[in-house]
Amino acid sequence: MSTTRPYDEMRAADGTIRPHYREHTEWLADKPADFLPQKQREANALYTRLGITFAVYGDESGTERSIPFDIIPRIIRPKAWKMISDGACQRVRALNAFLKDIYHDQEILKAGVIPAEQVLNNPAYRPEMRGIHVAGDVYVHIAGVDIVKTGTDEFYVLEDNLRTPSGVSYMLENRKMMMRLFPDLFGRIPVAPVDHYTDVLLDNLRAVAPEHVSQPTVVVMTPGSYNSAYFEHAFLAQQMGVELVEGQDLFVANNYVYMRTTSGPQRVDVIYRRIDDDYIDPLAFRADSTLGVPGIFAAYRAGNVTLANAIGTGVADDKSTYLYVPQMIDFYLGEKPIISNVPTYRLGNADDLAYTLAHLAELVVKEVQGSGGYGMLVGPTSTREQIAEFRKRIELNPANYIAQPTLALSTCPTFRDSDIVPRHVDLRPYVLSGKEVTLVPGGLTRVALTEGSLVVNSSQGGGTKDTWVLEDLQC
Amino acid sequence: MLSRHANNLYWMSRQIERAENTARLLDVTYQMSLLPYRITDAAQSWAEPWALPLVINGLASTYYKRYPGPVASDRVLRFMVLDSANPSSIYSLMHAARENGRSMRGVMTSEMYEDLNSMWLELRVRSENALNNGGINEFFEWVKTQSHQFRGVTFGTMLRDEAYQFIRLGTFMERADNTARLLDVKYHTLLPSAAEVGGAVDYYQWSALLRSVSALSSYRRIYRDVITPRRVAELLVLRDDLPRSLHACMNEIYEILRDLCKHESMEPERLAGELHAQLHYGRVEQIMEVGLHEHLMEFLEKLHMLNDELNHHFLAPVYGPETTTTAGQSQGE
Repeated sequence: MSTTRPYDEMRAADGTIRPHYREHTEWLADKPADFLPQKQREANALYTRLGITFAVYGDESGTERSIPFDIIPRIIRPKAWKMISDGACQRVRALNAFLKDIYHDQEILKAGVIPAEQVLNNPAYRPEMRGIHVAGDVYVHIAGVDIVKTGTDEFYVLEDNLRTPSGVSYMLENRKMMMRLFPDLFGRIPVAPVDHYTDVLLDNLRAVAPEHVSQPTVVVMTPGSYNSAYFEHAFLAQQMGVELVEGQDLFVANNYVYMRTTSGPQRVDVIYRRIDDDYIDPLAFRADSTLGVPGIFAAYRAGNVTLANAIGTGVADDKSTYLYVPQMIDFYLGEKPIISNVPTYRLGNADDLAYTLAHLAELVVKEVQGSGGYGMLVGPTSTREQIAEFRKRIELNPANYIAQPTLALSTCPTFRDSDIVPRHVDLRPYVLSGKEVTLVPGGLTRVALTEGSLVVNSSQGGGTKDTWVLEDLQC
Repeated sequence: MLSRHANNLYWMSRQIERAENTARLLDVTYQMSLLPYRITDAAQSWAEPWALPLVINGLASTYYKRYPGPVASDRVLRFMVLDSANPSSIYSLMHAARENGRSMRGVMTSEMYEDLNSMWLELRVRSENALNNGGINEFFEWVKTQSHQFRGVTFGTMLRDEAYQFIRLGTFMERADNTARLLDVKYHTLLPSAAEVGGAVDYYQWSALLRSVSALSSYRRIYRDVITPRRVAELLVLRDDLPRSLHACMNEIYEILRDLCKHESMEPERLAGELHAQLHYGRVEQIMEVGLHEHLMEFLEKLHMLNDELNHHFLAPVYGPETTTTAGQSQGE
């Protein structure tokens, strides 16, 4: 975790190509000079034409943009993947047990492992969920666990995303794009497939239908076509072959949820909702929400409909709860964490605050509730003015922030202009829970396209890459 | 399928069809305006060629509010082609169709959405030069081609499901509406003032009308004779072998609704059947006796009623507490 040269996933320190990148390197060596530029242009044109876009909040100029896609894959060895996969699943099991516990017996609070006020006073804690049984005791049906690599078999979890994690459509579209651009490469390198993701998702969603339902109707619920992730909502609904509904398409009668269809009302049993807790039911939460469905929470409480993810999962992915995940793994599973947390300072604590303020230029400071790369300070890449300005914000409300050492995120080969250069990456695999806790071998690799930058968020100029997990044969 | 989705698809295809029809109409208007044409009677100034697209689409008052002063070709073109403040301009229609389609991409094939999206991306590039000299004809051709192409992609790739039926329904509802309006305005504006019936201008106007619905060469093949209003009326109202005639449109609409209503007797099917029967068994003598204008007005009124019924039954149903209660019980397990 020092600030020396970051770990590069393709090249070892002595400049040689690591074994799992050799086949790709050899394949590329035969190609003419204009091969990659031409493929990159082709990829950009295809993404624009296919309309694979995301919206940028606060950008008035245009509401849609294509997310930059990099044509050099990120390749992961089977052994490293096993660690990522086991670590992410372990974490989600513990987090799910934690959610069940805090909305029922609160044993972890009684045992004093986590301070009760830390959980119960958290704005994302939903007292309305106390004592409510959710189907299969599953709270987190879809989780995105953000993982970074800092050395061989050295991983850290940056954060858990347990509300409505997005980006999985890019994992799937990026793979389709790579197969379209470089079909021959897939004959040479044994890449584990990811395209069954939506089948597994649908299976899991069906498995958590209310208990009395034999042929459940599953839908995807979106806030609407102006949401930044709308493309993904539509994509997932289409891939699963289920309806994509908005709040206005649903209504509640006798504590059951129905959708308005051309052949009359049809009952809905499982809702994969991509809309926040706050907006889902104006009668239960924010009264000014026009996106939700009046009465849906009552239907949920009565056990007549399943919401995925459950209401109230936000309390478990907040950055102040993150600190306690290793303790949860121990408390609920009796295991040691397979992937570590990043050491974290809580600025509500006077010692941590003093240390952080003295070392702002070396640390990353984040808002406890922030996401998407907004409201954060990356000390080493910030100017003195930015640091001074951020210091004022911290001093106004220290408890709203955490700080972490600036990790030397690994770099991956990335095509920029006409060259292959190292750029920092992270990884978000998607953990699915229902029948069991699983994930498909892959995830979304986000890449900071600016040289030296550590911020990979698409809203901050990051791009994506296809993530190749090698099948067990080699390495 | 979801009512909102059916509604989006229905309007998406209506908007594309309307963009095509607007391009057809403006194209013919442009060609007609090149002919020597003088209005002798000031009271007839609204029959000036460039006023016709406005009158046909019911946009005259909106236009005059936005562009006060005499009707001029460049301003009508700007208003009808590029003006994003006019919801019936080609630009607005294509944008609306793409927005409707964008929210429906899960229901369409990817080829359909790619086509619709490229149409919109290209429109934004083309619209800058569309009105420059010489560019306008090519632009109209492009709009027509886009509509043909989208219809073709739909026909060639889409599953024959309910979504497909609502897309087709939108096309033919819009087309029937357009042909009826077009015919009515020409008939109505030209005949009464016809000092020159049978003259050169009259001939050009009728042939232009036929051209605007791609029916001129069909007319020649069928009648092999001079163009008369009566035959034009017969061709565009009663013949079912001309794809833009009222009868041809109602054939499709009736078929689609029989399928969508699944042979349960529902008002949309009944009303479409009634309209269809009138055209199927109608005679041109009878129409001319009643008056073509009156006949077309009645047709348009019924078509609007049919549209209301489609809303009520499929596209925007409103469920009262009673309906939901029964439905809830019947579907509960």
